[in-house]
Amino acid sequence: MVEKIGVYICHCGTNIARTVDCKAVAGYALGLPNVVVARDYLYTCSDPGQEMIKNDIRESGLTRVVVASCSPLMHETTFRRAVADAGLNPFLFQMANIREQCSWISENRELATTRAKAIVGAAVMRVEFNEPLEVQKVPMNPNVLIVGGGIAGIEAALQIADSGKRVYLVEKEPTIGGYMARFDKTFPTLDCAACILTPKMVSVGQHPNIELLSYSDVTDFSGYVGNFTARIRRRPRYVDEEKCTGCGQCEQKCPLSVLSEFDCGLGKRKAIYRPFPQAVPSTPVIDREHCLFFTKGVCRVCEKFCPRGAINFEQKERFIDVQVGSAIIATGFDLFDASRVKEYGYGKFPNVITSLEFERLTHASGPTVGKIVLKNGRTPESVAVVHCVGSRDNNYNEYCSRVCCMYSLKIAHLVREKTDAKVYEFYIDMRAAGKGYEEFYKRLLREDVTFSRGRVAEITDVAQNSSENGKLIVVAEDTLLSIVKRIPVDMVILSVGLEARRDALQVAHIFRISRSKDGFFLEKHPKLAPVSTAGDGIFIAGSCQGPKDIPDSVAQGAAAAANVLSLIDRKEVELEPTIALIDEDSCSGCKICIGLCPYNAISFDEPSGHAVITGALCKGCGVCVAACPSGAIEQQNFTNRQLTAEVEAICA
Amino acid sequence: MVIGLSTRFEPKIVGFLCRWCAYTGADLAGTSRIKYPPNVTPIRVNCSGRVDPTFVLKALASGADGVLIAGCHPGDCHYTSGNVKTIRRFKLLQRMLNQFGVEKERVRLEWVSASEGERYARIVESMTKEIRSLGPLEWKTKVEA
Amino acid sequence: MPKPKMAFNWASSCGGCEIAIFELGTKLVDVSKKVDIVFWPAIFDYKYSDLEAMPDKSIDVTFFNGAIQNSENEHMARLLREKSKLLVAFGACAHSGGIPALANTTTRDQIFTSSYKDTPTTDNPEKVLPQTRVQVKEGELTIPEFYNTVKTLDQTVDVDYYVPGCPPVGEQVSKVIDQFVAGDLPPKGSVLGASQKSLCHECKRTKTNRKISKIVRTFQTIPDPEKCMLEQGIICMGPATRGGCGAVCLDANMPCRGCYGPLPNVVDQGGKMLSALASIFDAESEEDIQKLADSVPDPIGTFYRFSLARSLMRRTKQ
Repeated sequence: MVEKIGVYICHCGTNIARTVDCKAVAGYALGLPNVVVARDYLYTCSDPGQEMIKNDIRESGLTRVVVASCSPLMHETTFRRAVADAGLNPFLFQMANIREQCSWISENRELATTRAKAIVGAAVMRVEFNEPLEVQKVPMNPNVLIVGGGIAGIEAALQIADSGKRVYLVEKEPTIGGYMARFDKTFPTLDCAACILTPKMVSVGQHPNIELLSYSDVTDFSGYVGNFTARIRRRPRYVDEEKCTGCGQCEQKCPLSVLSEFDCGLGKRKAIYRPFPQAVPSTPVIDREHCLFFTKGVCRVCEKFCPRGAINFEQKERFIDVQVGSAIIATGFDLFDASRVKEYGYGKFPNVITSLEFERLTHASGPTVGKIVLKNGRTPESVAVVHCVGSRDNNYNEYCSRVCCMYSLKIAHLVREKTDAKVYEFYIDMRAAGKGYEEFYKRLLREDVTFSRGRVAEITDVAQNSSENGKLIVVAEDTLLSIVKRIPVDMVILSVGLEARRDALQVAHIFRISRSKDGFFLEKHPKLAPVSTAGDGIFIAGSCQGPKDIPDSVAQGAAAAANVLSLIDRKEVELEPTIALIDEDSCSGCKICIGLCPYNAISFDEPSGHAVITGALCKGCGVCVAACPSGAIEQQNFTNRQLTAEVEAICA
Repeated sequence: MVIGLSTRFEPKIVGFLCRWCAYTGADLAGTSRIKYPPNVTPIRVNCSGRVDPTFVLKALASGADGVLIAGCHPGDCHYTSGNVKTIRRFKLLQRMLNQFGVEKERVRLEWVSASEGERYARIVESMTKEIRSLGPLEWKTKVEA
Repeated sequence: MPKPKMAFNWASSCGGCEIAIFELGTKLVDVSKKVDIVFWPAIFDYKYSDLEAMPDKSIDVTFFNGAIQNSENEHMARLLREKSKLLVAFGACAHSGGIPALANTTTRDQIFTSSYKDTPTTDNPEKVLPQTRVQVKEGELTIPEFYNTVKTLDQTVDVDYYVPGCPPVGEQVSKVIDQFVAGDLPPKGSVLGASQKSLCHECKRTKTNRKISKIVRTFQTIPDPEKCMLEQGIICMGPATRGGCGAVCLDANMPCRGCYGPLPNVVDQGGKMLSALASIFDAESEEDIQKLADSVPDPIGTFYRFSLARSLMRRTKQ
């Protein structure tokens, strides 16, 4: 049967038409074999544009449609739906990308138009061999996996659990709360971080629909949207969660103190400990690397004093598999390692500290019970706050970490509130874009803080005159005054930037998420789909996607939850039918394909002597199709004929 | 070979781009309005592992001056190990193409992630330049006696 | 009912296909009773003028073996096409180029230089090369022109059927001849005397672990006769080659070389075998993969041993 192909060349306003002669391309298309309709149109994706295509299908009896416009990643779904509306199978439609990969990359109208013709020609020759296909519909498992118990993960978990769905919340640390649990006050309202966070943490811990898997991580994630299997490793606390009441006796009695990670090494904790008093779950964990029983075989005091017999040194690591239909990755960030900037002396000078270390000092439950003091215990008389450490810097991270200006102002405010110290803020630009942020900045301008514009070049202890003796000298250019300043201070606080977590690569591999240039997880579309990823059913939220403050993290957590609930509500999910099929008559049983499938979708049927593909497991990569020496395997919608037609058309 | 009104040789390069990384990266180059020579006409596949070496031979024999295969960086393949198969086939294909007398600059395997628009543009630019200086392949006319 | 007229011709070939006909043994006597052999230069003394004198389409079926490597081969192909109702490409050379097509990895000049000048046993002190024309005292002598590129039969004239193999095995030849005598034929363009599936289908060796970690040459080992060759590191073209030959080479403990040509769904036999073989390399890192790839001897000669003329690339660059 001779096909009737309709070709539509989109102007996309001037996006395409500015560089590509759309009328000429349409004229060229009309001359191609079996093309009966070829039009150029201003905005083909618009309602009237889609109507035009539908009308042509109905009135001209089109059997194939090609739209040459933007990337298929943009509007393939839109046009497939339009074509289906008019009664044509949506897979008899092919898109030609003459925008992102043609008009937008060239200034040369002649070359771009020639290229557009080649691209359209390839699509026309290919679409002839497109076959009608049916999408696979699979049931949507309403369970949800959330990885990361920071504020974004907590928000998403509560929203989803409140709607009646089951959530598995996996958190690596012994407690949820993330970085926010370590902050003292939050900008711009100066809310106490723990006061607003801990009630949410408690809700999570008590929620009947949330299974909190703390001190755990995901080691494997397989399947497809609607039907994922997550393998979770539960690390041993050596304390029975069921029996423990959180009374804290064990912590009190434990004879060994070690440096506390929660306090950035500024304070101590016991070998059996909870990271902080309001930890959720409130079950302590034994630090195997230091615990006297594990290292020397002695002590066991906690076991002796536990009124419930909850200590269990025999606990082992175990793995559980959970079935979920979707996942939200909210694994958060890590701070820039300030020791990389050698000229700032972090790690060399004891009184050069990071912003997080400062948070722990000023925190009421911190190592100094909220007192801002130098390493020798004395109160500083002068404090410098250095902005953009590791951010906006070609040597480290190019991007702006978004939150540091605001938290630096907060730091200045807290220092002024608790001490009489003089505060110097060394900034490059003041970024205060959020709600109430500019007002907070204005407030700080009136709080007797000295602002100096210019990046800090060096922090040194080499005095050049008597007033600098025993001090840390901040050397910086003041660009507004055009002079280089030397400001002696007692304490320097480095406003370190936010980075992707050190294990981001591993997490990305497990969930098959891509990463942006800066290492954060890549969203599907930066404006229109900031919490989705390229993989269906897998979402990201919070600062794992990019540096952001608490309001934005909460918003993204809620957004990811909304996306998930929308999927679950559909009850069924559609899978692209680009799976591989074996032609039994051509398969000779050479078995070369069997071991190539990463999803074990190919098996061998001994009685019949040929290979068999399980459609539900096939993800459509096409590796087996390319390998089969008999050409017995084809990939739906990416058949050898279709691809060869494209190649021939381009080379003609 | 398509020559426009100008007489400079414009290499015709067939590109096989995997939809998860390379194709998205190439789109990003366009969205970022990066300018680079439009000499690669892309064919979208789900994975670079779909690329049968026969397609490369078909392209060269049908008039292409070069072929670019672009996929995810090793370790990042959306389908776990598709790109490993691509490397295996490509290495052996390279040896055979060398025997055929096809210069190695004409057929390239590159890794482009979804956020590497700039990198994609530079790859296409360097490949176009190299093939332009090698001249047209014109396999059909040059080799059939 | 007149007996069907049959012809056999050989072009650029080794004579093996002629011998394949003789493998019919005493059955040849029966065949000769059922058909009228009107032209068979290998066996009987025919002249070109005998063939030229035959009316067009007077031969019912011609079995043409050998590739087209010189102008005489081409002339005979065209002539026999005119004179025959059905023209059958018989044997690997006519079907896909066969061993002669490996000449496509070199040029006529290089071949002449090797054959007439460089080989140590050639007695040619004046380094004379063949010429298509030469004047002698009796007049002008001509010999056919030697082509640079070897072609298959169907790249030269229209072909009706193909019988692959180097040579086609006796049993299959017998069946094919019976088919033509009976007039019981599938659609034009079909491949006869061979299976629609690859050799693996008829090979009796066990296939278990599809991975190759090391390439082994046939002279480096005595293969285990029970196990698949590929699993022992020996490159066997079986997976990408049509079956129907009964896997006789495998029974002799040698790997398949691919003489029955590509499978029905495959356009380029060598490309597909390359893809299949590389896919099962047991190597993950780029370095290990490079090492394995480098150890495959002569890719063109291995993957296109019998099918270079039929491949997509056809020949190396001149």
